[in-house]
Amino acid sequence: MNELERVVVVGASLAGLRAAEALRTHGFDGELRIVGAEPHEPYNRPPLSKGLLVGDDTLEGCVLHGARELDAIWHLGRRAERLTTDGRIVVLDDGERLSLDGLIIATGARARPWPSGPVPAGVSTLRSLDDALALRQALERRPRGLLVVGAGFIGGEVASSAAALGLPVTLVEREDAPLAGVLGAEVGAFLAGLHRASGVDLRLGTTVERFLTDSAGIAGALLSDGTRVDAAVCVLALGALPNTEWLRSSGVQLDRGVVCRADLRVAGVSNAVAAGDVARWPHPLFGAELVSVGHWTNALEQAAVAARNLLAAPHEREPFAAVPTFWSDLHGCRLRSVGLPGLAHDACTLEGSIDDGEFVMGYHRRGTLIGAFAVNMNRRLPRYRRLVEAQATIGDAMREAAGQARDPAASNAA
Amino acid sequence: MRVEVDLDRCEAHGECAMAAPAVFELDDEDQLHHESRPDDALRPEVERAVRACPTQAIRLVE
Repeated sequence: MNELERVVVVGASLAGLRAAEALRTHGFDGELRIVGAEPHEPYNRPPLSKGLLVGDDTLEGCVLHGARELDAIWHLGRRAERLTTDGRIVVLDDGERLSLDGLIIATGARARPWPSGPVPAGVSTLRSLDDALALRQALERRPRGLLVVGAGFIGGEVASSAAALGLPVTLVEREDAPLAGVLGAEVGAFLAGLHRASGVDLRLGTTVERFLTDSAGIAGALLSDGTRVDAAVCVLALGALPNTEWLRSSGVQLDRGVVCRADLRVAGVSNAVAAGDVARWPHPLFGAELVSVGHWTNALEQAAVAARNLLAAPHEREPFAAVPTFWSDLHGCRLRSVGLPGLAHDACTLEGSIDDGEFVMGYHRRGTLIGAFAVNMNRRLPRYRRLVEAQATIGDAMREAAGQARDPAASNAA
Repeated sequence: MRVEVDLDRCEAHGECAMAAPAVFELDDEDQLHHESRPDDALRPEVERAVRACPTQAIRLVE
């Protein structure tokens, strides 16, 4: 273990908090500072588009456990402006300079803004707690319509939450089916059906041409198919951008995120690691290409490994190879994936049937299983996660599925 | 060591069953079952499960 004396963690969300905790768990007893751009103590983001919007989750329930007990100096409501070229000082937006000999980069990502300039009042993105509270307040006023732009996971969840509140929802998606690029056309068609069956007015292959306004702000939008949608509230769910601007003049190598080695050590500087949405690294299971994974579990698991590797001697460092897992809730259906289905060339149904709304889909590339996606069959996915981890073939996955069909009791025999 | 699960918060993600399979298990109906007084040797696994729970439904009571 090398002898670090001052570590700065930039980012105070899940990855930053859990990395800081892991430093202490692994014996780091020097000065530990955590910088967070938001004024809030670390909180959990998944409820922001789900339970917090519909009132199932409280604000207090969203606070991440562990922060209050951590021996650290917090700089909340402070943004890191830059890292000096020698990688030894983080400069904050109020001019304060934090010296360090170890750095953990966990600045995450932000919502992609509307591409063509300013938007009217009532149009917003959803990423932060403040965004979610503002949206909840807007929905509590029972607007005559909600327009959601982008039918990815966040857009889908917002549409689902608003539909559950009984609000009229229009969901506009540029592609021909929701998430078809990640999960394939069949699953895309299933998700489209799910939205429509729940009363969401889903417009596929359609974009927003321009927003319509009245004195209060947004009144609706004109769509590319020539139709007009009435809406008093609009949520833009156009994906995410990594928060790396503060690193531009440092030696840190950037490429749609912070470029890391397999052990999450940052390329270009000697004393830094990255974790969470901002990190791009070559995942040992998925070939040499750099991937980033913007999922909750990834932030959690990367944080632990990144922190350990920051403290470890070179021969003790280990690559980060956890199989990604992800979940989403849509109109009462439980969606869950393991691996990286988006990298697959082909997919097939492993268990259940799409028509019944209960299935597992397997995703493969050159015959190797690289992901699985389930609807309402959560309990089946740990097995496929292990198969992805073992770099099993799609044939192995089909045999696993067939064994399950013959012997339903096998699902509990893990 | 005593493990408590708030089943009102639990959404059956199954992360705990992956982190500590000897203590947590999902049944066919996605209901979570757990060992409430696991062996102390399992503490590191249980602590991982506590952290891995997306809804923070698991508590480790000394």
